[in-house]
Amino acid sequence: MSTRRVITLTVNGKSYERLVEARMTLADFLRSELDLTGTHLGCEHGVCGACTVLLNGEAVRSCLLLAVQADGAELLTVEGLAQGNELHPLQKAFHERHALQCGFCTPGFLMTAFAFLSEIPNPTEAEVREAISGNICRCTGYLPIVQAILQAASESGESSSESLSTPPARRL
Amino acid sequence: MPLMNLRLARPKVIIDINRLARLSSISAAANGGLVIGALTRQRAIERSAMVKERNPLLAAAMPLIGHFQIRNRGTIGGSLAHADPAAELPAVSVVLGAEFVLRSARRERVVRAEDFFVDTMTTAIQPDELLTEIRIPGWRPGLGWAIDEISRRRGDFAMVGVAVLVQTDGSEVCKDARVALFGVGGKPARMPRAEGMLRGKTLDQKTLLEIARSVSDELDTDSDVHASAEYRREVGGVLTRRALERAFVMATEGKKI
Repeated sequence: MSTRRVITLTVNGKSYERLVEARMTLADFLRSELDLTGTHLGCEHGVCGACTVLLNGEAVRSCLLLAVQADGAELLTVEGLAQGNELHPLQKAFHERHALQCGFCTPGFLMTAFAFLSEIPNPTEAEVREAISGNICRCTGYLPIVQAILQAASESGESSSESLSTPPARRL
Repeated sequence: MPLMNLRLARPKVIIDINRLARLSSISAAANGGLVIGALTRQRAIERSAMVKERNPLLAAAMPLIGHFQIRNRGTIGGSLAHADPAAELPAVSVVLGAEFVLRSARRERVVRAEDFFVDTMTTAIQPDELLTEIRIPGWRPGLGWAIDEISRRRGDFAMVGVAVLVQTDGSEVCKDARVALFGVGGKPARMPRAEGMLRGKTLDQKTLLEIARSVSDELDTDSDVHASAEYRREVGGVLTRRALERAFVMATEGKKI
């Protein structure tokens, strides 16, 4: 029996069809088959959160899924946040608040924060801390990340015309 | 997946059951309880108003499982069948007296949670069987509950945890009690001696301290990289005392101990 399967999926608004090994993780698929290397792999067993992406709108660990399981799904990765050269409000806030240093964990934090703010647009600091508790950062000490997420949330509250939870890719 | 990523498991064949939509549902049972499909995401149970209303202990256990990104994919049946000794759901299902439906091409059978967990990551499921449904008995008046755990960081596996259920008789006397610790051995650890000390009693501080000591003595646990056996015995007793106090106050609607 062949261990390769054809899968079709949408990533950041773009449709892809690929023949993949059944054993390939979704994270490896994004990085090596689609060249979307913004999704990072840290621990590869679901602990560090660096590989977090959105699968049908929900934040998941792409290292704990096989690519074949995402057949037919709609994915959003960190590459789908910015609109051309215009950074997403969360990315801007991370930049302004120095919420990253080496940047390895940043894609996971951004996707986690994105999913979190879609559900809770006006969070308390405690809620933000709880939301990012499944992502590990070894540079920042987390405080600037918490502040950046709160800033992005309050800025989007002011300009109500654009919701944080609507990524460019999903407006297609 | 973590087991495979770490090459601790190298299965020849994997059957992905995620798309069996019929196994993903939460419904009300006629006895006031719940019937939950094995593939129901932990996040769906966490968000369910019906679960909150019908079983506050199960609802309270959900946020303790990993992080929300994990609960978005993790299922109730997956956690139970995986039977990690440090997981919350096995212990919760034991104190709740849950029943599990196991199906194979040959037959369907129902196994009590108590009999389901055999040892570390080992359950009563046979190679040709699939856990399809979790049945949770109805809630009763006079029930008090608590769940608590100690972990290094929020969302980590528990070094020691406890789930308790206390049934009072409408007054202040404890009719029945169930105590199960997790993270302390191969499977959820019921504490029969401590449970016996509660029956027919009105809980006071003296009894609570005696129970804590009894749990520490009764606990058969090992040392590992996360915590020593001595630490687990000590903390297991303390957590049980605190949990029972909270459960009893709840069951008696605010009586001070």
